[in-house]
Amino acid sequence: MVQIEIIKENDITTLNIVGEVDASSSIQLDESLGSVVSNGDPIILIDCEGLNYISSAGLGVFMSYIEDVNTKNIKMALFGLNDKVKNVFDILGLDQLLTIVKTKEDALSRINEV
Amino acid sequence: MKFNISVPCLKSNLQRIRAFIIDVLREQHLSEVEVHSMVLAVDEVCANLMIHSNNCSPLHSIDVIIIIKGKDKIVFDIIDKGRGFDIRKYPEPDIKEIIRMKKKGGVGLMLVKRIMDDIDFITKEDYNIVRLTKNLQPTG
Repeated sequence: MVQIEIIKENDITTLNIVGEVDASSSIQLDESLGSVVSNGDPIILIDCEGLNYISSAGLGVFMSYIEDVNTKNIKMALFGLNDKVKNVFDILGLDQLLTIVKTKEDALSRINEV
Repeated sequence: MKFNISVPCLKSNLQRIRAFIIDVLREQHLSEVEVHSMVLAVDEVCANLMIHSNNCSPLHSIDVIIIIKGKDKIVFDIIDKGRGFDIRKYPEPDIKEIIRMKKKGGVGLMLVKRIMDDIDFITKEDYNIVRLTKNLQPTG
């Protein structure tokens, strides 16, 4: 089960994910991320502090928007992943294809660098 | 030591399977990341079998048996009666291609292969077993 809250502050859209994203709940992540990406929100931060679990279904959602994020010049970063969740991204090398940082501040400074 | 759970093939039951594995592995003095990666591998196989071999039918069930072989290895037998699918024959996809095609799936079995040390597929007369083996690192 997962709860996703979309918070918009000025140009920054934050997706706050709480719970577990698996084959059963990934549809919710897909709908939320899909809506902000198709909206063309310029900065998307994914707050993973409350994310306890992610399986390939969840990874697949992130992977499926990488192209759109790049084409639309959206700046997207994930932050606050615990070690277990971060390890799942690392196993597939997704840490090289997505911007994954420790804190919200790191995410904002990384986005401002680009 | 042997532990088992049986659940109907509904994706909402994946959470029950994960909780069961965490409960069993909690006693094994493994790191949290290690336990989590094994939970993930079994979850991926179960999700695959539920969706592709059993069409998420609650009339079908899936069994997970955990066999603790001393301090050396842990074996996970995942048993179903659905359409057999030898996951060892699954070709490893190219991640960059998946991203280019905007596909939402296809990396689950890749995770399983990278996490587990051995994957077996056994077909019996009326059921199939996916056997995942994880060798444990000796501690201190």
